[in-house]
Amino acid sequence: MNNMEASKFEKLRFVGSRPIRHDGLEKVTGQARYGADISFPQMLYGKILRSPYAHARIKSIDFSRALALEGVQAVVTSSDFPKPWLTDETGIDSKLINIKFSSNNVLAGEKVLYKGHAVAGVAASNAYIAEKALDLIDVSYEILPPILDVMQAIKVNAGIIHEGMFPYPESGLIASEFNSSLISNSTLDMSNHHQGDDSKYSNIAGYYIQEIGDIDKGFMDADVVVEREYNTGSVHQGYIEPHSATAIWNRDGKVTIWCSSQGHFGMRDQTAEVVGIPASDIKVIPMEIGGGFGGKTTVYLEPVVAMLSKKTGRPVKITMTRQEVFEGTGPTLGSYMKVKIGATKDGMITAAQALLAYEAGAFPGSPVNMGAQCIFAPYDIPNGKVEGFDILVNKPKVAAYRAPGAPAAAFAGETVIDELSCKLNIDPLLFRLKNSAKEGTRRISGPVFPRIGFLETVEASRIHPHYLSDFGGPNRGRGVAAGFWFNGSGPSSVIVNANADGTVSLIEGSPDIGGTRVAVAMHVAEVLGIPIADVHPSIGDTDSIGFTSMTGGSSVAFKTGWAAYQAAQDLKAQMIERASDIWDVEAGEVNLKDGKFNHSTNQDLQMDFKELAGMLNATGGPIVGRAAINPGGAGAAISVHIVDVEVDPETGKLTILRYTVVQDVGKAIHPDYVEGQMQGGAVQGIGWALNEEYIFDKEGVIKNPTFLDYRMPTSLDLPMIDTHIVEVNNPGHPYGVRGVGEVPIVPPMAAIANAINSAVGIRMNTLPMSPPVLLEALWANNGAGKVYGD
Amino acid sequence: MDHIGGAALRNFKYFSPTTLGEAIRLMADQGISTKILAGGTDILVQLRSDRFQVDRLIDVKNIPEMNELSYSTTDGLLLGAAVPCYKIYEHNDVREMYSGVVDAAFIIGGIQIQGRATIGGNLCNASPSADAIPSLVVLSAICLIEGPNGRRELAVEEFCTGPGKNALAPGEILVALRFPPTVASSGAHYLRFIPRNEMDIAVAGVGAWVSLDEKTHRVKQARIALSAVGPTPIFAKEASEILSGLDPNEESFELAAQAAQKAASPIDDMRGTVRQRVHLVGVLTKRALRKAVNRAKES
Ligand SMILES: Cc1cc2nc3c(=O)[nH]c(=O)nc-3n(C[C@H](O)[C@H](O)[C@H](O)COP(=O)(O)OP(=O)(O)OC[C@H]3O[C@@H](n4cnc5c(N)ncnc54)[C@H](O)[C@@H]3O)c2cc1C
Repeated sequence: MNNMEASKFEKLRFVGSRPIRHDGLEKVTGQARYGADISFPQMLYGKILRSPYAHARIKSIDFSRALALEGVQAVVTSSDFPKPWLTDETGIDSKLINIKFSSNNVLAGEKVLYKGHAVAGVAASNAYIAEKALDLIDVSYEILPPILDVMQAIKVNAGIIHEGMFPYPESGLIASEFNSSLISNSTLDMSNHHQGDDSKYSNIAGYYIQEIGDIDKGFMDADVVVEREYNTGSVHQGYIEPHSATAIWNRDGKVTIWCSSQGHFGMRDQTAEVVGIPASDIKVIPMEIGGGFGGKTTVYLEPVVAMLSKKTGRPVKITMTRQEVFEGTGPTLGSYMKVKIGATKDGMITAAQALLAYEAGAFPGSPVNMGAQCIFAPYDIPNGKVEGFDILVNKPKVAAYRAPGAPAAAFAGETVIDELSCKLNIDPLLFRLKNSAKEGTRRISGPVFPRIGFLETVEASRIHPHYLSDFGGPNRGRGVAAGFWFNGSGPSSVIVNANADGTVSLIEGSPDIGGTRVAVAMHVAEVLGIPIADVHPSIGDTDSIGFTSMTGGSSVAFKTGWAAYQAAQDLKAQMIERASDIWDVEAGEVNLKDGKFNHSTNQDLQMDFKELAGMLNATGGPIVGRAAINPGGAGAAISVHIVDVEVDPETGKLTILRYTVVQDVGKAIHPDYVEGQMQGGAVQGIGWALNEEYIFDKEGVIKNPTFLDYRMPTSLDLPMIDTHIVEVNNPGHPYGVRGVGEVPIVPPMAAIANAINSAVGIRMNTLPMSPPVLLEALWANNGAGKVYGD
Repeated sequence: MDHIGGAALRNFKYFSPTTLGEAIRLMADQGISTKILAGGTDILVQLRSDRFQVDRLIDVKNIPEMNELSYSTTDGLLLGAAVPCYKIYEHNDVREMYSGVVDAAFIIGGIQIQGRATIGGNLCNASPSADAIPSLVVLSAICLIEGPNGRRELAVEEFCTGPGKNALAPGEILVALRFPPTVASSGAHYLRFIPRNEMDIAVAGVGAWVSLDEKTHRVKQARIALSAVGPTPIFAKEASEILSGLDPNEESFELAAQAAQKAASPIDDMRGTVRQRVHLVGVLTKRALRKAVNRAKES
């Protein structure tokens, strides 16, 4: 706990305690209803026909045989969706292009752009028939060569994924940026890109650049410079609950959708765009969500079930299989990266440069701009340059995944930092401390930091028992890495009703993924001084609560916590008003303390919260507190991870011996769920580091769309993840909250790579660092490359 | 199935006979695709993923002969084909005397799977990567088979004929496995390499059994078998024989490891590369032998 700011929050009664979550019993007893748990009389079951090819033109779709099958009620294809982006003159209205992308991802348009791309939806009286009907849809494809990575995407005549769409920006600008880049010998050679057949168009959907200072001079001032190249593969968010959506399109044109998502308002608005009706005609009812991690922020099934219901007049439900989840929903990006950092002998960074080329998947929108802003953010960089490229490939469209864009970038940046500190013989945490960004530091991307807790987090790591312990032994090593994430905010609405029995019902618009119901309720309990169990949180549908942005960007405890705080203040003010009416005194003379209303001077005037709540209806009517806000000032988060590993030199298998997450959380409202986020993020990062990867064949077909072969860590692969909470309160939030959910996935890959180097002296520059990869690296390092018996 | 997100499990008829004769009669009906259900941990997954379909499943868990688990010094171990893994490692005699089988029973799936999965099912499923088969081979187990034409016996190493293919004729059932009585100063071990610590398919696996001469402490006899490095589990004959008469030391293990690598004929796939697998056969053979020898010394 940070001393200076501690006093402000010392007297909190509930914030910082660890009550049982309101939704806990329902969830552990299996009563909670998730996406697929909804069902209606007369309901039809849908299935999606998916592309067997990674890249092909759709010449025709004939579903007459499917419709003729008994029990099949309807088929939809992209031709059923409106195309507002089409104009008479130029063909495409660029302002509406995102609707085309969104629509074409839901059901393919002119082309299929990845294996598993949805082509048609079928509704039938049961799932067997729907599945059988898929075999009866005749799609004629003209197969095109798939473009499967960044290097291939920028090659001459690689083929263009979105034909006629991404003009080569200002003819040659990007190529010259690459070539003039100080980063030498880049294998990413774009110099010829603007020649050849596809001369006008490219697979480069976006380019970002940020600069500060004088990069050339910075590198000249350096005593040591480290420059490295990296490649990382696609990984999936891996939520347990597959996507499921159910819709009823009523005869009056009003649509109701049940689904689990990270934001039902977003689902509503995206569905409205794709199916072409006003958002206010759609009501989305949020179901409990079994994990999202960024991957449940996009519509996939919702527009399809809506359209199928419109055609049939009956409720329609589609639930994905695990294979569909892997093939058809957002993984996170694969990347090519290059990083170069220079420092003086005494360990001061003089310059830092990065080139990030991120796969967008089949449609634009990789989070490369975010990766670019995060990569060097923990440090005070006098001279810096970061470039980012958003590159189209024939893979599923990338979706957000926990701190989108930052983990891959940190893998590159933090391993170079480690190598620099090794070369300079400076403790890696001390090196970070010397270069730490603080309040007032200007980032390469421009903004100046308000109060952040990097120094405190690194200091806490340096004296942590883990860091002070001995990790000795052959093939054992220790690594550290830091991570940065902005944390987000957004519009949020909360309503609190005082019930006659003294409880308060709280309605919010933020789906609860990580225990936010209880954290948000704790804000209300704190303001009103009533027990947390007496606050009853629920998540309202899109017609029952004001607009609330999605549960993402580590924003809910911040924005919705704040909205709840404010709504509770509103309720409190109105109840004080009522008490003053009843007592016939001035409102300014009435206080609410520890759940009791009292008069500032007359001690006879006392009433507890419950008493007053019971009198409301008879004394002027019920009281509702409300807040609808969009607060700024979400404080950035910093996390430092320490990991000890052991490498089996004979098999390349790595064991995580000990793992500690140290993180500035601002203020832990409910420490259990804060620690849970820290552990969960670390575990997902460990999976990404060790074994998780999409394995594509050369046709772009995913070979491992199952949890058997897409290897997430199991409990037997992990030690207990230790957590150490640092609280540098965020001055921008009533209780000092910073977001906590995302930043813990940022450091693990780099921390583990650094530990591998410490254990066996090898610098890994690809992900995952799986046993065969590590074994080959060990062989290459021994100069042997030898297999027994060769 | 109505709410199914997964591929639909299609209809089939389920039978649960209580005698072997009844099971064999059910198997013999012509024109009906019939399969045995033991623990179901392979076949239900396969049916659900639509790899094939059946008209009939015959559950053999209620047939007494197939649930036998008994040991005698004269006849050795009789392991019914429907005995689930957990009963094997909870059985004192088996744990003491057939540790190679216990190693396998203990790593198949996780605790839930072991409550159902059988060694018989593991063998009949005939996966190249099956974890129990190398142990059965090195312990010289015999398959007791019964079918419409009566009983027969077959050495385990002759049972698997290709990936997912076995030597059972149509209508035949694997009733039990019989292991010879253990000899003094002998020990076995099975281990595999997987990228995680559970729930993975072996990238390579090696089982080893050794018996030591009680006077000279040299290897009297050894048997080595490999998994996941060929179309079927492999009995590494040369690697086994090379050890006879040698001191059980690192040098001898290295010789056996190299011979085992020669016996391996792995493929590159998403679970491992040829280089990695051949290399692992060497590493695992030595590790398996070290532990088998230690067990032999302790026995
Ligand atoms: C989550 C999970 C993890 C797994 N992990 C492993 C692992 O680590 N290692 C491993 O080797 N396997 C593993 N498996 C596969 C499986 O559990 C094993 O192969 C198991 O031993 C199969 O036994 P069973 O009794 O369940 O077989 P079943 O599924 O009942 O049968 C398998 C096949 O053999 C046939 N069959 C069964 N018994 C007989 C009989 N008596 N006569 C004739 N035919 C018969 C069946 O018809 C079927 O074709 C795993 C499976 C799952 C689902």
